[in-house]
Amino acid sequence: MKIFRIFKTIFLIDFLLAFFIAIKEIFKSKKTINYPFEKGKISPRFRGEHALRRYPNGEERCIACKLCEAVCPAQAITIESTEREDGSRKTTRYDIDMMKCIYCGLCEESCPVDAIVQGPNFEFSTETREELYYNKEKLLDNGDRWENILAANIKADSFYR
Amino acid sequence: MFEYFNIVLLESYKILFLLVPVLVSVAMIVWLDRRIWAFVQKRRGPNVVGPFGLFQSLADALKYIFKEIIIPASSNKIIFILAPIVTMTLALIAWAVIPFSETHVLANINVGILYLFAVSSLGVYGIIMGGWASNSKYPFLGAIRSAAQMVSYEVSIGIIIINVLLCVGSLNLNDIVLAQKKIWFIIPLFPMFVIFFISALAETNRPPFDLPEAEAELVSGYQTEYSGMMYAMFWLGEYANILLMCAMGSILFLGGWLPPVEIFPFNLIPGALWLIFKILLLFILFALVKAIVPRYRYDQLMKLGWKIFLPFSLIWVVITASYLFYFNLLPTI
Repeated sequence: MKIFRIFKTIFLIDFLLAFFIAIKEIFKSKKTINYPFEKGKISPRFRGEHALRRYPNGEERCIACKLCEAVCPAQAITIESTEREDGSRKTTRYDIDMMKCIYCGLCEESCPVDAIVQGPNFEFSTETREELYYNKEKLLDNGDRWENILAANIKADSFYR
Repeated sequence: MFEYFNIVLLESYKILFLLVPVLVSVAMIVWLDRRIWAFVQKRRGPNVVGPFGLFQSLADALKYIFKEIIIPASSNKIIFILAPIVTMTLALIAWAVIPFSETHVLANINVGILYLFAVSSLGVYGIIMGGWASNSKYPFLGAIRSAAQMVSYEVSIGIIIINVLLCVGSLNLNDIVLAQKKIWFIIPLFPMFVIFFISALAETNRPPFDLPEAEAELVSGYQTEYSGMMYAMFWLGEYANILLMCAMGSILFLGGWLPPVEIFPFNLIPGALWLIFKILLLFILFALVKAIVPRYRYDQLMKLGWKIFLPFSLIWVVITASYLFYFNLLPTI
């Protein structure tokens, strides 16, 4: 047994075997994806950048119930509201500090009208801190931009809720 | 006066003609290294900048140029700045004696192999200077390790070179290449080639002997305090050294610029291309070794160098010498 081991050490058998394995691995298919050009599949539940949605007639969904503000564990959401002429309650201010946010998804779950949602976008890095203080316009704009995907995601996930 | 100027101009032209390809190939070789490493691990490696990511090294170099050079307040500033310059200069001046064909040598000196050996031994100074001048723990420990490692493996490389010289009878690199016309030294001296290859890995601080920069223990060894262009110069020097070791290996054992067989399609290809091809082959081996082996422990490294390689290559010197003497094959000088 010992002689066998000495033989193996002297003739670098283990090294040669590893060498052939390495050459074999070179020609196997890659396990990584070519990121900026191709992206991995994202689940409908993915919690990315926030968005405020609208009804199809253009009216904001948010009713300023402030449940999301209350539930937010990082206290990243700030909401102020007023009463409109028709007696409905709407937000005047809806700010999310994206650096405080921990992307837990509790705001999305607490929302009774599916107004605040977290979309599939995760590529929203910025060069300055200020750009990450999202206000109402930015969030509504996000909602308009991603509406198709957001609606589809909510529909796909509704079965499990 | 004017004639003098002419000679200087001609020589600098020759030097540039050698150095620019060497530096460009260092950049390409870094790309190749990363690419092979990635492929063995089923990753893609750098593939965005330029075709197949070929310009990745140039992009990295640009990044290093624009980065700030930070000099630690308590460092010895002169030596700190000198260290990467020494490393890179020593890695590049050794290329002067590498023969690319019978006539294409910058300096065809008759002690070529001795010069190569001396310059690669001096390479350790750059590392010691860098480690010591940084005045901080990790670089210092890394430099000590590196110095001990390079000194130990140089001994066995020296004795391996003696093996080859016994068969050649000359220190001139062109003579060494021409002596392999009948048979490359890799065939009669195969065990020496294996030891040379492993020692070359240790000499250039490549895995599995990259203890001086073992990131788990020493951050990155003697390079820890370096940044920007100074770091890039260390890095250039390191890869130029690796290429040099590959060139040395191909000249000593793989017949340098000689084609494998002197028959029709092979002897049309110029010698320089054969040498480049052999260097590339050895470098691919270097890169594959990096991908497949785990790092040695320091005492194992020392044991391998002093207790196995040194006695073995010494015994092989005796064997080679007695074989040559017995069969009356000793080269006549």
